[in-house]
Amino acid sequence: MKALSRRWKIVLGILAAGSLIGLSVAWWLIPPGALAFAGGTRVALDAYSGPNPTGVSTELKSADAVTRGRYLAALSGCQICHTEEGSAPFAGGHAFPTPFGTLYSPNITPDRRTGIGDWSDADFLRAMHKGIAKDGSHLYPAFPYDSYALMTDEDALAIKAYLFSLKPVRQTPPRNTLPFPFNQRWLMGIWGAVYTPSDRFRPHADRSPEWNRGAYLVEALAHCNDCHTERNLAEAPNNRRKFGGGIADGWLAYNITQDETSGLGAWSDDEIARYLSGSHVQGRGAAAGPMAGVVDVELNHASQADIRAMVAYLRSIPPAAGDLPAPRPTAAPDSPRAEVAAFDNRGKHVFEGACASCHGWSGASPLTGYATLTGSRAVNDPSATNVASIVLFGTERLTPQGRIAMPAFGKAYSDAEIAAVANYVTARFGARGSHLTAKDVAKLREGS
Amino acid sequence: MIELRVNGEAKSVDVAPDMPLLWVLRDVLHLTGTKFGCGIAQCGACTVHIDGKPVRSCQLAVGALGNRAITTIEKIGETPAGARVQKAWLDLEVIQCGYCQSGQIMSAAALLNSVPHPDDADIDAAMSGNICRCGTYVRIRAAIKRAAAEHA
Amino acid sequence: MLDARTSRRTVLGGLGATVFVAGFHVPRAGAAGVADMEPNAFIRIDAQGFITLTMPQVEMGQGTYTSISMILAEELDAAWDHVKVEHAPPDETHYANPAFGVQATGNSNSIRAFWLPLRKAGAGTRAVLVEAAARGWKVPAAECRTENSQVVHDKSGRRVAYGDLVARAAAMPVPTDAPLKDPKQFKLIGRSLRRLDTPVKTDGTAVYGIDALPPGVKFAALMQSPVLGGKVAHVDDAAAKKIKGVRQIVVLDDLVAVVGDHMWAAKSGLEALDVAWNDGANAEISTADIWARLRKASERDGAVAKTVGDARKALGEGDVYTQTYEVPLLAHAPMEPLNCTVHVRPDGAEAWIGSQVLARVQRAVAKAAGLSVETVVVHNHLLGGGFGRRLEPDMAFVAARIAKQVDGPVKVVWTREEDIRHDVYRPAYHDLLSAKLSRDGRIVGWKHKTAGSSILARWLPPAFRNGVDGDGVDGAADVPYDIDNLRVEFVREEPPGVNTGFWRGVGPNNNVFAIESFIDELAHRARIDPVAFRRAHLGKTPRLKAALDLVAAKSNWGSALPPRAGRGVAVQVAFASFIATVIEAEVDEAGEVLLRRIDTAVDTGTIVNPDTVMAQLQGGLIFGLTAALYGEITVEKGRVQQSNFHDYRMLRMDQVPPINVHLIRNGEPPGGIGETGTTASMPALRNAIYAATGVALRRMPIDRTLIAGARR
Repeated sequence: MKALSRRWKIVLGILAAGSLIGLSVAWWLIPPGALAFAGGTRVALDAYSGPNPTGVSTELKSADAVTRGRYLAALSGCQICHTEEGSAPFAGGHAFPTPFGTLYSPNITPDRRTGIGDWSDADFLRAMHKGIAKDGSHLYPAFPYDSYALMTDEDALAIKAYLFSLKPVRQTPPRNTLPFPFNQRWLMGIWGAVYTPSDRFRPHADRSPEWNRGAYLVEALAHCNDCHTERNLAEAPNNRRKFGGGIADGWLAYNITQDETSGLGAWSDDEIARYLSGSHVQGRGAAAGPMAGVVDVELNHASQADIRAMVAYLRSIPPAAGDLPAPRPTAAPDSPRAEVAAFDNRGKHVFEGACASCHGWSGASPLTGYATLTGSRAVNDPSATNVASIVLFGTERLTPQGRIAMPAFGKAYSDAEIAAVANYVTARFGARGSHLTAKDVAKLREGS
Repeated sequence: MIELRVNGEAKSVDVAPDMPLLWVLRDVLHLTGTKFGCGIAQCGACTVHIDGKPVRSCQLAVGALGNRAITTIEKIGETPAGARVQKAWLDLEVIQCGYCQSGQIMSAAALLNSVPHPDDADIDAAMSGNICRCGTYVRIRAAIKRAAAEHA
Repeated sequence: MLDARTSRRTVLGGLGATVFVAGFHVPRAGAAGVADMEPNAFIRIDAQGFITLTMPQVEMGQGTYTSISMILAEELDAAWDHVKVEHAPPDETHYANPAFGVQATGNSNSIRAFWLPLRKAGAGTRAVLVEAAARGWKVPAAECRTENSQVVHDKSGRRVAYGDLVARAAAMPVPTDAPLKDPKQFKLIGRSLRRLDTPVKTDGTAVYGIDALPPGVKFAALMQSPVLGGKVAHVDDAAAKKIKGVRQIVVLDDLVAVVGDHMWAAKSGLEALDVAWNDGANAEISTADIWARLRKASERDGAVAKTVGDARKALGEGDVYTQTYEVPLLAHAPMEPLNCTVHVRPDGAEAWIGSQVLARVQRAVAKAAGLSVETVVVHNHLLGGGFGRRLEPDMAFVAARIAKQVDGPVKVVWTREEDIRHDVYRPAYHDLLSAKLSRDGRIVGWKHKTAGSSILARWLPPAFRNGVDGDGVDGAADVPYDIDNLRVEFVREEPPGVNTGFWRGVGPNNNVFAIESFIDELAHRARIDPVAFRRAHLGKTPRLKAALDLVAAKSNWGSALPPRAGRGVAVQVAFASFIATVIEAEVDEAGEVLLRRIDTAVDTGTIVNPDTVMAQLQGGLIFGLTAALYGEITVEKGRVQQSNFHDYRMLRMDQVPPINVHLIRNGEPPGGIGETGTTASMPALRNAIYAATGVALRRMPIDRTLIAGARR
């Protein structure tokens, strides 16, 4: 047999390489599902021998649909995204800036004209599970239906019952500002078909009931993946580095895998539980930025058993190594004199004027544990992204001890000043100093 | 009831634990020398001492204080540093409207307690959290140095 | 008269009143059966010899209580340690400011306006006491002299204390034409006496309006419509009522207030209220609209405030240089947030406040409460900063409207956020300046058009004449430079959606900034040093020229500076004081401004208390620098965007350089001083940045992005 002609060899070679590239691209663009890491045997919900991991907390099992729905809606975080600051809850209008334009969340109060008052159960389920609105249009995945797809019909409809128990608010959110082609909603249909699980949550037979409960809460309701897992080019969570850290509204959503250095591996169960329950945790810090709302508006409704279940589930997440150093465990010196790695004086000036009163020179706040910097991930993050963000935009906590807030300094302090103070703070209180520039801060400012 | 130790006296107040110390001092105990300026720990007018350290009382929940010693402007003159600061303030005629000066004096007294002979950088670090709208900063700096110099 | 005195005594004995005692405090006179001597509205002498001085101007940090007392005590030859002072009651008959015809403290004129009236009051009282002693001794009054609260007859070696003369002197007529002292004989005036108001300010015992605690007082926090002119649409108070310590929710048409056992309950209650507003006509106003209207208005011909020669002709041809300058809306943000305590009863009302306009406060409370003015007692207090904010009685009006709904006294305290968002703002101004230079660098033609609010048209309508606001052109109409052809115009344009009012430095702030910035640019065009250029045009203003020469020498004008550093000079005749200022500043790569040093030379005529003058300059400069570096109020959708010190920023301790005040002493009549530093600082800093970077900033506050990376 005559060997293949040289030309054919080349053609075949190109085809092979092309398929390899194609496969790689597909491999990269289509990561495994959110729960794939767990392996083992998954069974249908009604075939599962343990207690039902879906639904509300044990205490509320016999409550009416509205009460159950309130619990489920809280843990699903509906209010955060569907409420514009200063406006009625659930009435929409919250802005989601994207590199391509701004999306605004819709009104989900039962107003018939501007809300979802005329949606049927089937309409609601289709939206929650498939990302398709009543009018047939495809929703942008800023709405995390790829997570809610795991939610049972019963739970989704309880949420609907709760939403329909609210006072209707007549309010139309601003129009999205996405240009072509991003305004072509049908494209989202393709995204949804690829990235949305077709099944509801299926328990893992070889995992504990607590783990399964935690998995349901974390994946189907709280959709932690949305922020804490990096996204690929198709804006889908890359579950090969599940919970290895992502981005939320321009803030870094840190690594919450079991990695000892960059993740939660060194935290005790109790520390994670207290953090999720709304407390500040000594040596670990407190939630801020977008996570502040998650903790104060969502998770503070969760029963302690459910918090424990979430902790148990998080404990099973495989470590994803990151580049965050282990937080410096000790406080900085009390004296302002103690020199920190020589940055320009401006950072210290901003700190002594605007920051030291609350945070103290040691980083241990004389006012409230919520303002203590020692050990917090943000000041130990050499990118200083979250330090700069909190200085720019402030943060607000609704804690068991009342409202605790840091004001937004962004309007009155320049990019150079904010970069300088962020670098001062990371150097003084963190494991490694940062090298933020005014340009970096300008980007964070714009990204808001 | 919440038990407090204010200027060496035991006080019992019937307030919510999240109430900031500032309002307990001013509106419940009628110690009005401690001032309200901003309510967000940005101006320092409400500074008191907690165990000798300067703290912004507008952001300090009264429920968390326990038995720690609260000292206010009304009694700071009974401490050596406080008395020296008050005297220097008058000797150099620091004060104008005076509204922020309770806080300035409390911050300055705390500074002298921790750094008996502060240099300019120490003064900046300790005092920049206290805003004075009348602009007495130049004299505050000089008065702190004067008060420090009178410290044997 | 009787009413005034009655309420004055109420002030002294009443709760919340502050009594300052130089020396030591004694029981009220009159107990021994001898009536006090009250020769006029300012002085009261008791049988023990204590002299109580009633302050026609209010103490807000500027030191006026001490200076006024020094003037009275000087002419009275009073023993300084027997002088105590008290706040005046509302009484426009006796305590009106001669410069306004209104009982008001402002425009840096306390000493200027009261200099002669107080001296005459002191001298007349002294004359009565001398006469009383002379009659007792049966000697000619001319043989007696006074010192240290005593009348002395040297020939007989007799002396008698003022207190012992009270019984006889009280009934005697007070001369209105008693001779005044020769300034050479001044014993108090011109000395840096210790201030009378400061000891109580070191130990927490000073009582400001916000410290008033009448028995049974409740505390209120309020929320006014976030948009000016908006109304309350709906209030849900269910959650607020559940808060411990909340007593009452007051809902008026344009505000809601929560009354509680303490401010925390009130504040928490307010935060728990769910309030919906009808924003009204100003709902869409933004700062951009305000500027657009102002700039458009500036295209109109203004009302003529001053003409010299023929400016139109002088500017009609050739190389005319024209620039515009702008200064923004500013909040006052005194450290003591706005407050007023009011008790409205069916038959009268009582109010506790620190105010620059007491009689207006009294009328405001009466109007709000629906009472006649004479049934309203107002207790004035120390002011935790005024800066012009307390030249308005709005806080008293609002507090009284709330108090009318409350049983018992209620202290209404503005949160800082309310204070900043509901200020009566320093107006935004737009200035258009044109000038022509001769070949040898002399200004041969000049036109200055100022566009902005007329505060006087609202605040003192008779003072707004022929379309010209005298405050709006203060410092412009009377420009200190030798200019043969000059025209100054004023265009009134009121901004929508915000109220405007006086702010420390008032009209001259804007005009001195615009003029001194423009002059620096003219000097640059003429290639003449900024000091030399000014000096060459100050022939008609020798006092200012002398101040300029002094400050140039003291600031080492012309000596070398590091790269990116520069000196800026500004001169002004404002408030009848002649001031030249040099600021040395450095601009870093990021556009941040580092203040290196400030020198200012001050000729304010006769100086009552030199240390106070220096303090006012130091503080006034810092007040102005804060505005130059950070101050700007902006509006979006009818709402003021700034709220507290994190976004309405203040200069802090670590930014303030050494400030050297150089006093020029002479015997001219006293000038005003409280506002002069503020006026001086903005152009001086602007010109320092111009020198350091070559960038001519023409708008306040300083835009760092314009000077980042710039290098001369």
